[in-house]
Amino acid sequence: MASVIAVSPRAAEPTSTIAPRRRRRLLGAAAAATLPLVLGGCSLPTFYGYKGSTKQAHDEFLLYSGTTIAALVVGVLVAALIAWSVIRYRKRSDTIPRQFQYHIPLEITYTVVPVVIVLILFGFTVVTENRVDAVKADPATKVTVTAFQWGWRFDYPGNVSVTGLTTEDPDPVGLDGGQCAPAVDCLGPGLVVPAGRTTRITLVTKDVIHGFYVPQFNFSRYAQPGVTNVFDLTVQHSGVYRAQCTQLCGLYHSLMFFHVVALPPAQFQSWLSSQQGAATAASGSSSSTSNTKAAA
Amino acid sequence: MTVLAERPVAHEHEHDHEHHEGPSGILKWLTSTDHKLIGMSYMVTSLVMFFLAGIMGLLIRTQLTSPHNSFLSFQQFNALFTMHGSLMLYLFAGPFAFGGLANYILPLQVGAPDMAFPRLNALSYWLYLGGSVTMLLGFLVAGGAAAFGWVAYAPLSSVEFAPGSAPDLWILGIALTGFSAIFTAVNLVTTTFYLRAPGMTMFRLPIFTWNMLVTAILILIAFPILTAAMILLFADRHFGTHFYSVAGGGVPILYQNLFWFFGHPEVYILALPYFGIVSDVIPVFSRKPLFGYKGMVFATMSIAALSTGVWAHHMFTTGVVLLPFFSLLSLLIAVPTGIKFFNWIGTMWRGQLVFSTPMLFCIGFLFAFLMGGLTGVMLASPPIDFATHDTYFVVAHFHQVLFGTAVYGGFAGLYYWYPKFFGRMYRESLGKIHFWLLTVGFWVTFMPQYVLGLHGMPRRVASYPSGLGWQSLNVASTIGAYIIGLSFVFLLVNLWVSWRKPVPAGDNPWDAHTLEWFATSPPVHHNFERLPAIRSERPVWDYHHPDARTETHHNGHGHVTEAGVAEAGVGADAGDKA
Amino acid sequence: MRVEALFLLGVAAFFGVVGVIYWFWAYEQGGTAMLVGTTLLGFVPGSYYLWWARRMRPRPEDRPDASIEDGSGVIGSFPSSSIWPFVLGMGLFLMVLSMVFGLWLIAPGISLVLSAMIGVTVESRRGGTV
Repeated sequence: MASVIAVSPRAAEPTSTIAPRRRRRLLGAAAAATLPLVLGGCSLPTFYGYKGSTKQAHDEFLLYSGTTIAALVVGVLVAALIAWSVIRYRKRSDTIPRQFQYHIPLEITYTVVPVVIVLILFGFTVVTENRVDAVKADPATKVTVTAFQWGWRFDYPGNVSVTGLTTEDPDPVGLDGGQCAPAVDCLGPGLVVPAGRTTRITLVTKDVIHGFYVPQFNFSRYAQPGVTNVFDLTVQHSGVYRAQCTQLCGLYHSLMFFHVVALPPAQFQSWLSSQQGAATAASGSSSSTSNTKAAA
Repeated sequence: MTVLAERPVAHEHEHDHEHHEGPSGILKWLTSTDHKLIGMSYMVTSLVMFFLAGIMGLLIRTQLTSPHNSFLSFQQFNALFTMHGSLMLYLFAGPFAFGGLANYILPLQVGAPDMAFPRLNALSYWLYLGGSVTMLLGFLVAGGAAAFGWVAYAPLSSVEFAPGSAPDLWILGIALTGFSAIFTAVNLVTTTFYLRAPGMTMFRLPIFTWNMLVTAILILIAFPILTAAMILLFADRHFGTHFYSVAGGGVPILYQNLFWFFGHPEVYILALPYFGIVSDVIPVFSRKPLFGYKGMVFATMSIAALSTGVWAHHMFTTGVVLLPFFSLLSLLIAVPTGIKFFNWIGTMWRGQLVFSTPMLFCIGFLFAFLMGGLTGVMLASPPIDFATHDTYFVVAHFHQVLFGTAVYGGFAGLYYWYPKFFGRMYRESLGKIHFWLLTVGFWVTFMPQYVLGLHGMPRRVASYPSGLGWQSLNVASTIGAYIIGLSFVFLLVNLWVSWRKPVPAGDNPWDAHTLEWFATSPPVHHNFERLPAIRSERPVWDYHHPDARTETHHNGHGHVTEAGVAEAGVGADAGDKA
Repeated sequence: MRVEALFLLGVAAFFGVVGVIYWFWAYEQGGTAMLVGTTLLGFVPGSYYLWWARRMRPRPEDRPDASIEDGSGVIGSFPSSSIWPFVLGMGLFLMVLSMVFGLWLIAPGISLVLSAMIGVTVESRRGGTV
């Protein structure tokens, strides 16, 4: 009656002769697909992410792309196994199939291999997060960012302050002149920084938790009561980058926009000097002349 | 009146089971301590919460179809996503699993007449119902329901930034449902440890029971911490304390630490029961035992253990957590989860797969959780999390995993055990339509959200700028959500038709494996009049198919043993150790 | 009983190790406190079970070769049909609502809670009824 397989249990494997071949084919295809990408280096597919406009963002992008590729390989493999089972082992007769339950070598393999993959991912993660979180000893510029319900304030050395509020109808007006294209990039106040240099951000809040999030910098950080967060942004190219609050902070959370304006260093310096001059002239003492972005 | 339950004698003898007299009608509902009735009450109530929360989700998605939509005000929107999340997580996914399905099924699976503490069990239900009503009362008070997100971070949830009674009702609702969960967990652990039938050793328990046991331990670990966090929050709001406010010398981030020490185990409390359902259903519809039973048990324990050490991966962007510790443990959770996946595949491998509705839902779960789990691994890496935290990438991730488990897994369980609950069959064709519509809707809803998140759309926003190309993705997502909604109409029609025109189901329509399928459909009072001999984790399969028992190493050379029942009691027991 | 004991002691062992690592490595005490608490959650019942497991004969449900007859007899008492869980639940519900809707609700709430506590005790003593 039942087929007699007169061999030891070790050979009675759930992996049929078909599966290893198929799996090899899949792995081969995956390798063939990823190899040119890996070799291509900078021409990694973006998988909908931003390559990033800061040095820190580039580091994150490499990690993201690499992790996505690994996830795709694993995902396609496992999905293929599921799909294969569903198609190939559809009920064909009333015969009760072989009632096997264990295969220790296989189980050990699919325990150990994921641990190895995970440890490799962890290694890359630690390297990248150290680079992203690293702060230089002497940044070119320091800005204190204060988040509040529902706007942002940027304080520069020399009593220069840029503030913006948002209401139900933000009006995008700013010093960025004609750089806002599309205009939607310039909602809220502008955080002006020098391109190609490192800017030290000190992030605080006046009230609840807010999130400082610049999508194209692949970066966000909380502004939290009782905590002062410090991080560096090294914007590579001049331009305008939209940003907004990302941690629920109350009624107008959706409208708490700002944007980052990266100017060539000379232009940035002249802007800052003129702001500092205006601040000193305005009152002579510590008043903050705001170059207010009236988000009316 | 109190009944002293007797262990049913061996399967040859039937004895006169005392006919159970008792109240009927509404008094029966109010006074019953029968785990089956309590479980059914939980299931009905939690499904009502599911549908309410689903409607809230549809409202949210409707608002987001256009960039500056005025369908909802900002206040209404914030309240809706708060309550959508709160209802789904606190009032549906958990209670449906451990209060509903586990309450009904676990005593049956271990061969017990009821839960260990029947009155405590009933109290759990009433606390759950009271807590749910308390939370929902927020919609009726001035100012509308709580609007600070289902996590209610301090200081946004302080009385200064969230005045009014609705936040207090929300906090108190959580306190009541939290105690409900703790009492249920006590019952689950005690029943599993003390009320098993003879021969039902721990390593012969069905995986659903194992998962419920582990879930119960997680509940005991996590829910008291949530209660503590809520008590401190309530005290800050009303008794002048300053646990979470800087001005009084407090530490706001303490709230996040406490909340997420609960919050991360909570999502595994929500997931593990549904993993257990899938682990019970797939073997039945593959006509094979679960592959790697022991590995499954240890994988479940590992997932639970690791899940309590990863709480601060929700706090990576705070800047004050120990990143490597939390990211390493979070990444490691992928390993036992992967083991489970391979074991499920191994179960189907070389099986004879039947694609009835429960099995379809399990396959749907596998694909949904595969992708959701992999994006979770990505989020475990802090730099990637910095870029995607609080964006729609995370929203898509957690919906895939929660939907995969609670919805796909939950309805797999509902369709699977439906004949046991009611003694009748649902309509298979309607079940299949439900599945396919749900699946189309699910993927259409959440795939665009990954892209939205990567392009910078934050979560919890009631409007977004036009001109960024986000609208078409949002519209697609909303269409998917409505398809999901439509699919549930078919479920309701199925339930209605199956009730009005019943098709009797019998005790074991699926030729299933575990002990609940030996009871009648529905089970009699105190569940079992007879029990089969228990020699493996599939006592009912062994009883009906003594010549097709699980192969063990004792069996030697790949033979399927023929002796079966006669050998029982000696060495060749399938896959167990005392 | 042994498997249950080892299960709980395993919980204790895991959290003990993680707690120690976290204590020395992290810079916050809240997590350490929670991890220590969880260690105790496993250790206290687990060691109690292990103590008993060493001293008792295996119960029928611990023996792989047990037959159903081995477990015959009274399993336990399972109170059926009691109004008191509902009364207690509603009493606690009212007490909770009193914190929002007015302290006067404490009066009916506490009365329900107290009557439930009395009722449950009496019921347990005499195998009471609805």
